[in-house]
Amino acid sequence: MNTLALVPNVGAETPVLEGRGLTKSYWVKRNTGLLARRSRLHAVDDISVQLMAGAVTAVVGESGSGKTTVARLLARIVKPDTGDVLLDGQPVAAARSRKFAAQVQMVFQDPFASLNPVHRVRHHLARPLQIHHIADGDVDEAVLQLLHRVALDPPVNFADKFPYELSGGQRQRVAIARALAVRPRVLLADEPVSMLDVSIRLGVLNLLADLRDRERLAILYVTHDIASARYLADTIVVMYAGQLVEAAPSVSLTDSPAHPYTQLLLSAAPDPERRERPQLAARGAPPSLLAPPPGCRFHPRCPHVMEICKRMAPPTVTVSTGHAAACWLHVDSTNGVVDGVGVTPTTSPSPQREAEVQRPP
Amino acid sequence: MSIPGVSEMTSPGTPLAPGHAPDRSGDPVLEIRGLCVDYGFGDDAVHAVADCDLTLGRGRVLGLAGESGSGKSTLAMAAIRLLRSPGVITGGEVLFHPRPASDGEPATTMDLLAAGEEQLRAVRWSEIAIVLQSALNALNPVSTIGAQFDELLATHRPGLGRASRRDRAGDLLELVGMTPERLRSYPHEMSGGMRQRAMIAMALALDPQVMILDEPTTALDVVTQREILEELMGLRDRLGFAALFITHDLSLLVEFADDIAVMYAGRLMERAPAASLFRAPRLPYTYGLLHCFPPMHGERYRMEGIPGSPPDLRDLPPGCAFHPRCQWAMPQCRQDVPKLEPLAGSPREVACWLHRGKATAPPELKLPDPAVTRPRTAPVIDTSAERAV
Ligand SMILES: Nc1ncnc2c1ncn2[C@@H]1O[C@H](COP(=O)(O)OP(=O)(O)OP(=O)(O)O)[C@@H](O)[C@H]1O
Ligand SMILES: Nc1ncnc2c1ncn2[C@@H]1O[C@H](COP(=O)(O)OP(=O)(O)OP(=O)(O)O)[C@@H](O)[C@H]1O
Ligand code: SF4
Ligand code: SF4
Ligand SMILES: [Mg+2]
Ligand SMILES: [Mg+2]
Repeated sequence: MNTLALVPNVGAETPVLEGRGLTKSYWVKRNTGLLARRSRLHAVDDISVQLMAGAVTAVVGESGSGKTTVARLLARIVKPDTGDVLLDGQPVAAARSRKFAAQVQMVFQDPFASLNPVHRVRHHLARPLQIHHIADGDVDEAVLQLLHRVALDPPVNFADKFPYELSGGQRQRVAIARALAVRPRVLLADEPVSMLDVSIRLGVLNLLADLRDRERLAILYVTHDIASARYLADTIVVMYAGQLVEAAPSVSLTDSPAHPYTQLLLSAAPDPERRERPQLAARGAPPSLLAPPPGCRFHPRCPHVMEICKRMAPPTVTVSTGHAAACWLHVDSTNGVVDGVGVTPTTSPSPQREAEVQRPP
Repeated sequence: MSIPGVSEMTSPGTPLAPGHAPDRSGDPVLEIRGLCVDYGFGDDAVHAVADCDLTLGRGRVLGLAGESGSGKSTLAMAAIRLLRSPGVITGGEVLFHPRPASDGEPATTMDLLAAGEEQLRAVRWSEIAIVLQSALNALNPVSTIGAQFDELLATHRPGLGRASRRDRAGDLLELVGMTPERLRSYPHEMSGGMRQRAMIAMALALDPQVMILDEPTTALDVVTQREILEELMGLRDRLGFAALFITHDLSLLVEFADDIAVMYAGRLMERAPAASLFRAPRLPYTYGLLHCFPPMHGERYRMEGIPGSPPDLRDLPPGCAFHPRCQWAMPQCRQDVPKLEPLAGSPREVACWLHRGKATAPPELKLPDPAVTRPRTAPVIDTSAERAV
């Protein structure tokens, strides 16, 4: 089995949070009645990601590719079948402890569902402060501080509101403030803007960018919108059918995608600047995760499929500085990978990360 | 049928595939005039659609963009009289101009808002078909796709025998890239993309002149979305129907629509050819909305979106509803509601005080119209194999 270590972030710095070889499958029921039988659904297969302080890592992929599962595995909400989660380089226990929770917080897609409607904003923010014994004594002041950090100004106007009195964007800011209450160093944000109105999404993305820059938070940004990933993230990793297929600095990934699946995603994404309608690089849909295809999971749709792709999972190859892809197309003698043998590349992905990438200021 | 003041509102049509009268393309097929829709009555009424004028040209794709709650679905559903209570149409007319008969004799125009149930039934599906966001809700979960086609064709094409109905249904599925075997499937046995294709095939079954597409691909992944939209546009080129394509994704409309209308807080605020709207918007809200979609190429830079958030329809600001979020708002904007009116020397309409009277629009909103619109070519449709979605 091939190990996909798509980690362009590797450097001298220790990642704040790291997942190594995370694998998760679910037993699901097929059919009903007499024919009922349980089959294994391979939700996430051997995934490694590193979240660095002061950086946003985006996970993109189609519905069902395993993005949410990865976030939940990293949050220790879901237990992996195999693989480890490391905080500051140290393995953490399988269960989500309070100590871990104080470091690693999640933000969910639906700001409507994630805030209890009967409580005022003040209550939502004070509770985690009290539970984790933060800001003992001056909880009120700490609540106002939190509101200010997520740009709900002036804070006193928002503290006594109920969730239904807030707009979607304001509610998502409250949800982020609540996650920030325990002073985490990692935010795992699962589609934090996809339910918001188009005109207020950038405000929330900019808030995440500011938290990264001002407070050096390590952020995982899960999205199916590759344009917003390019906008916000330092690094993008692309998932297909439960596996990582490509990882690179954002601009490098979107400007020169190396994996045929990433190329397909980019050719399909809306782009008003396009002069002509694109020819889709491939058609069809992702495979069933109950019986994923052998070899490269993308091979039934891949326009470049070769014989070897159907038999053997491709190794991870460094295609340029910090840019890695799992695809046989990029395997040749210069990669140190022998065709057909499937060993991992000898050149490990480079430590260089953001030198060539210019962030949104 | 010609209505004064209408001809200059519709831009010249794109050439159609052979077999259709190209001279007719661009003529109005559906005209919405002064449409008003409320939810509820009296003081509690929410004005979800206020005084909307919109013309759909024959064979054209008209995009309707706007944020959630701006009234897009309400406008479309009211226009074809499918509004559910507590929605009430409080004014306006919706004129449907049927295709002229083959002998060139003009067919009579029909006001859908004044039509009786019987007349509406004759027009819905056969002349105006609808595809909604969730095909799962629109398809009957307990019958096969084949049975649903059969019922539709048996009702509207009584002359067709059972075998011909089945053949026609199979042809329709092939048209949208599915195999006729799928007629035996139940909706829940198909992926979201396939169900949406089946819905489109059903909408095409009676060769309608107008398709209303309300977020037809919003629930789907980008790859499936593009496959389906490409197919739809190819079918439009071949079959010549007109489409009202509703979505909140303005960037998608720039690629797929001929013209785009932008809605805000229940009103139509700007309407222009897609390329003009994208390259040279005239309305501050459109300008802001275009800057909400980060680009896929070039330098990355910080973008600000639009300050504030969309208004609550129960508590609309006076004057232009966008004024609390508008960086160019003037005193007049806080008092008077701007009406959608044609702009001199330009094939477009805008509802904004910056373009009226002595006001001067900022340079951002005065960019020259792009010279040529992009050529649109019909993608080749490969019906040889079933798509996986
Ligand atoms: N608790 C569960 N039980 C069974 N299957 C599950 C469970 N959670 C996730 N799955 C399956 O695992 C796969 C990956 O799901 P996941 O939610 O991680 O995808 P995703 O990329 O987040 O998709 P989306 O974009 O739709 O949110 C899917 O096939 C899903 O049906
Ligand atoms: N049944 C109803 N009762 C009261 N108000 C309603 C009802 N249905 C819709 N509305 C209101 O009418 C307005 C327009 O709704 P509509 O569904 O037409 O918007 P839309 O532009 O289609 O939005 P979306 O993009 O979310 O589909 C909204 O503000 C909504 O709150
Ligand atoms: S490994 Fe082969 S099938 Fe997979 S993406 Fe690369 S070329 Fe295509
Ligand atoms: S009418 Fe006034 S407030 Fe409304 S968009 Fe134009 S300038 Fe802005
Ligand atoms: Mg998810
Ligand atoms: Mg709608």
